[in-house]
Amino acid sequence: MLRLADLIAPFENSGVADSIRENDLLFPLIESVHVLSICLVVGSILVVDLRLLGLASTNQPVSRVTRAILPLTWSAFVVAVASGSLMFISNATKYLGNGYFVAKLLLIGAAGVNMAVFHAVSARDLPRWDNESAPPLRARLVGGLSIFLWIAVVACGRWVGFTMPVG
Amino acid sequence: MSDAVLREFCQWLAATPLSHAIQTAGWVIPALQIIHILGVAVIFSSAIIVDLRIWRVFQREVPLPDIARRFLPMVWPVLLVLVVTGSLLIIGEPRRSLLNTTFYLKMALLAVALALTGALQWSLSSAPEFWQGGPARPMTGRLAATLSILAWCSILFAGRWIAYTQVG
Repeated sequence: MLRLADLIAPFENSGVADSIRENDLLFPLIESVHVLSICLVVGSILVVDLRLLGLASTNQPVSRVTRAILPLTWSAFVVAVASGSLMFISNATKYLGNGYFVAKLLLIGAAGVNMAVFHAVSARDLPRWDNESAPPLRARLVGGLSIFLWIAVVACGRWVGFTMPVG
Repeated sequence: MSDAVLREFCQWLAATPLSHAIQTAGWVIPALQIIHILGVAVIFSSAIIVDLRIWRVFQREVPLPDIARRFLPMVWPVLLVLVVTGSLLIIGEPRRSLLNTTFYLKMALLAVALALTGALQWSLSSAPEFWQGGPARPMTGRLAATLSILAWCSILFAGRWIAYTQVG
């Protein structure tokens, strides 16, 4: 059976991972890009979540808020994943052994499922409540859960830095 | 303030009961940092969204004053959260910031970014059409928006860099 460790070894032993480990500037640079993109992901998704909760942007249809904000969220998310992957391969084995890191990945997965549930279930009849300032409970739950999950992602991320000092 | 006075101040601050409390409970500093970064996320995203609107790449069908009214007022209360958590972080580890050039660079950049944000908010609330008049004003607006994006991004970089440039 192929083990996860065998799967990540080629990445961890790659030249890119070597450079990130050995260059004093590279890790903080990638980390700063990661923090910046995470901030944009969390801050922008919060705009959507607060609209779903009926707490902000209530004078705009839900669909207009999501259409305007989500491209920004996704672009920032792509940068966050890219920068996060680079930090990960520089020390993959240690990261995988860190509980907060694993928890962070699971929480991001949960946020993804939450979003999929919104699109597949909660927003199926979106045109019916698009303009309402307070969306139905099933949409508000998604918004509240999303805020909780992303705060937890940030918390775990910061705790990874504390439990795995690299710089 | 001379270097010696600053060092003495750091020593005094680190010896206060509050600093001791922050240092000894290991979870306090990361917890403060988490609240701090969540606040940064809100302010940073709000500023970037308004700057992108000025560049007309975000919700161009919504008038700029509406966007500014939606996103900019929250900057100031959240800033208070950042000042409180930031101050507690400094009290917990005075040398990390107060003896660190990167920290002062971050504060200078913050002053620039807040001045830009405040000026934009004020100009739009006193004259909603302000940034549309003539050919020069839209250009000035875009220049200010670009500066604001650069300043906020630099603030985040400097914030992370404080961890790497602290002295002994």
